[in-house]
Amino acid sequence: MTASMTARATTTVTARLLAAARLTATASMLALGLAAGFGGVGAAQAGEIRIGSVLSATGPAAFLGDPEEKTLKLYAEEINKAGGINGDTIKLVIYDDGGDADKARTFATRLVEEDKVAAVLGGTTSGTTMAMVPVFEDAEMPFISFAGAVGIVEPTKKWVFKTPHTDRMACEKIFEDLKKQNLTKVGIISGTDGFGKSMRDQCVKVNAKYDVEIVAEETYGPRDSDMTAQLTNLKGAPGIQALVNPGMGQGPAIVTRNVRQLGIALPLYQSHGVASKSFIELAGDAAEGVRLPAAAILVAEKLPDSDPQKAIALGYKTSYEAATKGQVSTFGGHAFDALFILKGALERAKSSDAAKIRDEIEKTTGFIGTAGIFNMTPADHMGLDLTAFKMLEVRSGDWTLVE
Amino acid sequence: MALKLSPAVLILIATVLIVVLPGLVLPSPYYYRVGALVFISALAVIGLNLLMGYAGQVSLGHAGFFAIGAYGTAILPAQLGWPPLLAAATGVVLAAALAFAIGRPILRLRGQHLAVATLGIGMLITMVLNAEVAITGGPDGMAVARATVFGFKLRAPETWYWISGGLLILGVVAALNLLNSPTGRALRALHDSEVAAEVLGIDVTRYKLVVFVAASVYAAVAGAALALFSGHVTPDVGSFLRSVEFVTMAVIGGLGSILGSIVGAAVLVILPQVLTVFQEYETLVLGVMIILFMIFLRGGIVPGLAARLTARLTP
Repeated sequence: MTASMTARATTTVTARLLAAARLTATASMLALGLAAGFGGVGAAQAGEIRIGSVLSATGPAAFLGDPEEKTLKLYAEEINKAGGINGDTIKLVIYDDGGDADKARTFATRLVEEDKVAAVLGGTTSGTTMAMVPVFEDAEMPFISFAGAVGIVEPTKKWVFKTPHTDRMACEKIFEDLKKQNLTKVGIISGTDGFGKSMRDQCVKVNAKYDVEIVAEETYGPRDSDMTAQLTNLKGAPGIQALVNPGMGQGPAIVTRNVRQLGIALPLYQSHGVASKSFIELAGDAAEGVRLPAAAILVAEKLPDSDPQKAIALGYKTSYEAATKGQVSTFGGHAFDALFILKGALERAKSSDAAKIRDEIEKTTGFIGTAGIFNMTPADHMGLDLTAFKMLEVRSGDWTLVE
Repeated sequence: MALKLSPAVLILIATVLIVVLPGLVLPSPYYYRVGALVFISALAVIGLNLLMGYAGQVSLGHAGFFAIGAYGTAILPAQLGWPPLLAAATGVVLAAALAFAIGRPILRLRGQHLAVATLGIGMLITMVLNAEVAITGGPDGMAVARATVFGFKLRAPETWYWISGGLLILGVVAALNLLNSPTGRALRALHDSEVAAEVLGIDVTRYKLVVFVAASVYAAVAGAALALFSGHVTPDVGSFLRSVEFVTMAVIGGLGSILGSIVGAAVLVILPQVLTVFQEYETLVLGVMIILFMIFLRGGIVPGLAARLTARLTP
């Protein structure tokens, strides 16, 4: 090895060493940048009440998360304009998890550790909610979820509440309506997507309670474009008196069309999963006579004046549509309900003590929200009963109330 | 002295520093959680980088193996009552076995054909996770039992920071050993030209299979760690987007660079946390930053910076 070669080798190695050192420094700084750059919003200031929220405002669940976020922002501002809560202004700390359960959990930790919020709303999907629940249970943080699954509040968790009605209630509402008409033998045709499957599983658990017998079952894939084969099977099932179709997306519209094409005269029940105008548009004339359970908000104008929910539902619909220029959905309504349940609890608790706030949320009674009338108890952290659902029927291309 | 330090030792020292230094000063469990997530992602990305950066085989289904590790750890204790750590080990073995079984037929494919085949595998795995509601909890996911070691429940983010940091260091050691073995040299030959490698008498199929199985083990270990750490898994862990995220981490950090895998993972895990200040523009800013990284540090952050530094230091 000549001297120059050794010198060159030394230079390269030194350079490498330096490079590695720089890189280590950069990487450590990136990691440490956490500490300096993005702490929390800082300690809560006097005259301010901090409410945290983790929503799926982007990603596959954005159709749920986006109206929720808009609703929270809209009403936090309105409450602040009207003087806040006990004189304190609401400061929302909202994070977007993009539908990713791990991100949701990280943000949940952040809300607890860094932002020091008084309570947390949201968790758009059941997955993100369930991922966050242990964080809030450990940290003893009041948490009201906007997600549907029964598992969120059953078994009851001390710090966890939710505002949306469950799939099971939709099944019960349908079975209740069937029982009223003495229709006791039904066939279920369900989508294999998450919603359809979950609702179908709930339906087969509660049918006996309403003396309804499930005589046949069929399924279809979320992208199937023809269900006549399954429907023909159901049609031939002995004694069948009605059809129930848990599902969302376009599947139920195709089922509805196929039912009419096959000339099946049985009453057809759809689920709250298709409680939107687009279902009627997709199914066309075939939708006539289809019944489904849905939240009051969808038929706000049609509710009788005596209905206690009418004013709230109509008020929310009007404000939301005026502020966002979009169409109201039940999803934003869940955020509305949660925010106002929390507001009530904060007003009664008159303190930022987490345990007091939790106790007051649990004592919520007679709260009229967009999803129904909430009566929380230590055993029921959702507090809705079947009156939360209205039975609707499609008549001349529009929803009408059946009661 | 400096002469005696080989690049491999430097990489190892850098990794240890990356794990230890922040670990001593981080202020709250939140930061430890983010740190642990960086290390877990980095572990999966090192595996992918062995496959992509060194052997030159593209995989768009890496998250599928990540998901097998995660769901193995979740399902076996919940359905069969296994201890979580045994379940985690089984999950890793399952992922390796699957990689071995499907590796033979699909690794005959090259380039975009291989990419599509791996993509299909990843999608199949997520479909099963979504559809088998009775076993996997479907799209809502399922809870994972906490691992217990000598009566001590592993749940605090600080604990998991050190566990995943330790796993990362082990992963780096294993990768460096693999790369400095005859297998590593064969892989690099394969990366440059499969035909040339074959002509030189390298058993191309075998080495490809070795690295494919190794990559799946990395991913499954990372997935198992994530499941035990988070306590809840959803099918997103195996989603196509997650696979793309791993590939992005590997590319941003630097293909064929172990430290690059760690830096790439750090960037994509930490940036979304920092960028929350931009609120709804968060995703936009993240996208622009990724594009800028790619324009100015085309080879990836670590090789790019190293090249620039070397260029400046050697006249």
